Amino acid sequence: MSTPTSQIRNFAIIAHIDHGKSTLADRLIQLTGGLELREMKEQVLDSMDIERERGITIKAQTVRLYYKARDGKDYVLNLIDTPGHVDFAYEVNRSLAACEGSLLVVDASQGVEAQTLANVYQAINNNHEIVPILNKIDLPAAEPEKVKAQIEEVIGIDASNAIEISAKTGLNIPEVLEAIVTRLPAPKGDENATLKALLVDSWYDVYLGVVVLVRVVDGTLKKGQRIRMMGTKAAYDIEQVGIITPKKVAVEALGPGEIGFFTASIKEVADTRVGDTITDDRKPVDAPLPGFRPSQPVVFCGLFPVDAAQFEQLRGAVSKLRLNDASFTYEMETSAALGFGFRCGFLGLLHLEIVEERLAREFNLELIATAPSVIYEIDLTDNTTIEIHNPVDMPEVTRIKEIREPWIRAVIITPDEYLGSVLKLCQDRRGAQVELTYVGARAMVTYDLPLNEVVFDFYDRLKSVSRGYASFDYHITERHPADLVRLTILVNGEPVDALAMLVHRTRAEMRGRAMCEKLKELIPPHMFQVPIQAAIGGKIIARETVRALRKDVTAKCYGGDATRKRKLLDKQKEGKKRMRQYGKVDIPQEAFIAALKVDG
Amino acid sequence: MAETVTLERNAAPTPNADDAGFGVYVHWPFCLSKCPYCDFNSHVRHEKPDEGRFARAIAREIEHAASITGPREVVSIFFGGGTPSLMKPDTVGAVLEAISKHWTFAPGIEITLEANPTSVEAERFRGYRAAGVNRLSLGVQALDDAALKSLGRLHSADEALKAVAIASKNFNRVSFDLIYARSSQSPEEWRAELKRALAENIEHLSLYQLTIEDGTPFAALHRAGKLVVPEGDLARALWDVTQETCNAAGLPAYEVSNHARPGAECRHNLVYWRSGEYAGVGPGAHGRLHDGARRRATETEKHPEQWLRFVEENGHGLSVNEELGATERADEFLLMGLRLAEGIDRKKFIAISGRDFDAERLAILQREALVEATADGKLRVTASGFPLLDAIVADLASDF
Repeated sequence: MSTPTSQIRNFAIIAHIDHGKSTLADRLIQLTGGLELREMKEQVLDSMDIERERGITIKAQTVRLYYKARDGKDYVLNLIDTPGHVDFAYEVNRSLAACEGSLLVVDASQGVEAQTLANVYQAINNNHEIVPILNKIDLPAAEPEKVKAQIEEVIGIDASNAIEISAKTGLNIPEVLEAIVTRLPAPKGDENATLKALLVDSWYDVYLGVVVLVRVVDGTLKKGQRIRMMGTKAAYDIEQVGIITPKKVAVEALGPGEIGFFTASIKEVADTRVGDTITDDRKPVDAPLPGFRPSQPVVFCGLFPVDAAQFEQLRGAVSKLRLNDASFTYEMETSAALGFGFRCGFLGLLHLEIVEERLAREFNLELIATAPSVIYEIDLTDNTTIEIHNPVDMPEVTRIKEIREPWIRAVIITPDEYLGSVLKLCQDRRGAQVELTYVGARAMVTYDLPLNEVVFDFYDRLKSVSRGYASFDYHITERHPADLVRLTILVNGEPVDALAMLVHRTRAEMRGRAMCEKLKELIPPHMFQVPIQAAIGGKIIARETVRALRKDVTAKCYGGDATRKRKLLDKQKEGKKRMRQYGKVDIPQEAFIAALKVDG
Repeated sequence: MAETVTLERNAAPTPNADDAGFGVYVHWPFCLSKCPYCDFNSHVRHEKPDEGRFARAIAREIEHAASITGPREVVSIFFGGGTPSLMKPDTVGAVLEAISKHWTFAPGIEITLEANPTSVEAERFRGYRAAGVNRLSLGVQALDDAALKSLGRLHSADEALKAVAIASKNFNRVSFDLIYARSSQSPEEWRAELKRALAENIEHLSLYQLTIEDGTPFAALHRAGKLVVPEGDLARALWDVTQETCNAAGLPAYEVSNHARPGAECRHNLVYWRSGEYAGVGPGAHGRLHDGARRRATETEKHPEQWLRFVEENGHGLSVNEELGATERADEFLLMGLRLAEGIDRKKFIAISGRDFDAERLAILQREALVEATADGKLRVTASGFPLLDAIVADLASDF
């Protein structure tokens, strides 16, 4: 028996990292008895280790709460926890599309941040009713009136009836539950219509295979039903239907307005597309739900094992990760400097970092990542257009008519005292200012920036110049022509492919010089001197030299103690394994990593 | 007397490298005081150790080693330490006796004893010769009183030179050690000191650059910045002075730190460097024993009294006795062999390791004139390669 739509509320929580989203979710679950107290792990929704540590959500998750409201009726509340980062903007959008309303949680002592802003606009675009909530009201630094004014000013919604809570102490949590029922709209939907459901997310479960999270719009989703995914055009027989409490509980069917999961012998997460429309295979609906687009990687880099012998392990690991993360792409790549590895695509820099970290932590792999790159569109003189994301694929300059690079529109909110540094950073990164306004004591700047400047250390720099106070959000806009050159690094006269990068002509010389200086520090002295050069085309723009070793010989052996010398040699050999032989030069892996972090 | 000396001298042709021979190393672990740079297995005792008991234990270890090797012809015996010149000549004689009971002495066997160049010890030199020792290696270390003091040595430069003279009177084959690249030593000061040493007109010199070893008092001083030793260019300049001066005096380096008149090389060290077979007896001694086609690495308990107990209970004081694998053998072959000016036999390396050198790395080393191949199939480090030997070995030993 599915629940009447009038007694269903579907909602998301929008909040900046650390503003208390997970704590509030925990309280709601606790108060409605979704979990026994002893089962409560802190922040139950963020179940992946990395998610919990970083306080971010990668996968959309859901929990069904049962709430007896003050009107005496029993309600089903579905909370969807959305991925909280700009890299996953599309996934956020689809999660929001599964709900009718949002709780906007703002830290009463800190105010609105850039990410919150981006997500709340998405919610408004999805026609959400929004309930503003001021959290951490118990803190002495809380300024609820100021923050309410800020919400009204910046977001443009009425904040007079914002609920003031403390998720930590539990203050006013019942008011939140009541507001969900009274202020958010119930879903609409026709139980007798043909099945039409939104694919919100999916993940891989070792026991169940691929588990698909859905929001039913019209009709019912039943066990045994044959369904069709309209985007991929694949059909499946539903095996299990259920809800998440957050334990998985099997049900017979999901009706209009309901959120739940199903399994259907789907092999890979890549077979499911977030935002796809699920319908009845025998009598499909005419048109899919709007807003679907396949997820496209926008940032690329090469991943190579530090120890070349780990390549097969890396292959196994990336294919396993891909099982559960369809937005991550990979193909084999061979580098003269780094050997065998994979060219990988990501939704953004955070996504890249998360994948790298998971490979390291869950698969015990030590990796070298090459410079992150974006996709460039190049018009060639033969009137064809190609797309490249690897500097080594850059055609000869004489064959290039025009290169276009992706740009983004970024919104940065920063305390006033760091505004100067933030503006300088954006300016240095070829940014064009669009708007500068004030939100209370904080500045909100909008900049258009080339994405390739942002993937290169921008976020770290922003955090550093604002002492961690600036918040940042962006979306990709369009491609613009760019005067890009390939910066080549030559070690001992030979170009090192893994260190090549595409940079703007005006930045090439500085970047080249900084890289040479860094490499000089990191390449150990050899038995001969090692010149390091940066070049654009055939022109050398910077040069450093690693001096030759002068003396390196053990003076004495103790009696016939060859063992001790052999153990020292083992250490040297181990050290060499962590280096890449390039021509006659051994380059330590640290050099590949650090050289890409230089700020030139 | 003169007859014996001549006999010793002439009957000792340097064996060729294909026959590295079999040697015996005897470790005497006691010293009157511990030098601050030294990390060898040496111990200071308030009471004189029971030499008879130690000699009997060494004899039992010799018996045990012989049970592994079977019959052998001994080309060299070396008493090292510690300070072997603290042993009574009778004790030395007893050990030599034990060795001759289990193995045969090769004609012209070399029997070396390390000695401190003090007047007290010099009085015993004649007794050592009577016991069978025919080569003396003196720990002179410096010919500068201030330097000797900072090295913790108990003798003066004058006393050391007198001891060298006494040694030369008693032994046809004498060598001494010097430590250079000492704190604040300039290349010119070292050149003068080295010339003074060469003026003694002896056949063999061991010239070691001061090395800061972990766990020594020098290491602590060095870490604290209170002891500065030459590095980089200065260390290289001191090295270069050493080679020039010794070459000019007719004592070229036949090994990284060892210089000799041609033909006067230390046979014992050649056994090590040519990956020969050697038994190591006494506390903290290393050995490489051949047991059929296998090569075993042995090491004995370091602590003297503990070692004594082990030997008396078990007949040996071995704490390590393991077979070396192909890579380990090959690494040792390179590490030791490339220290010699004569180099290594490439075919032998291939036979031991089951692989040849990485062609690319070898080509680079040859192009840079750091190693060279000889017409008779040897690979050797060049004069410009020697100061970088550790880096060269690491390159050649890396099998990728």
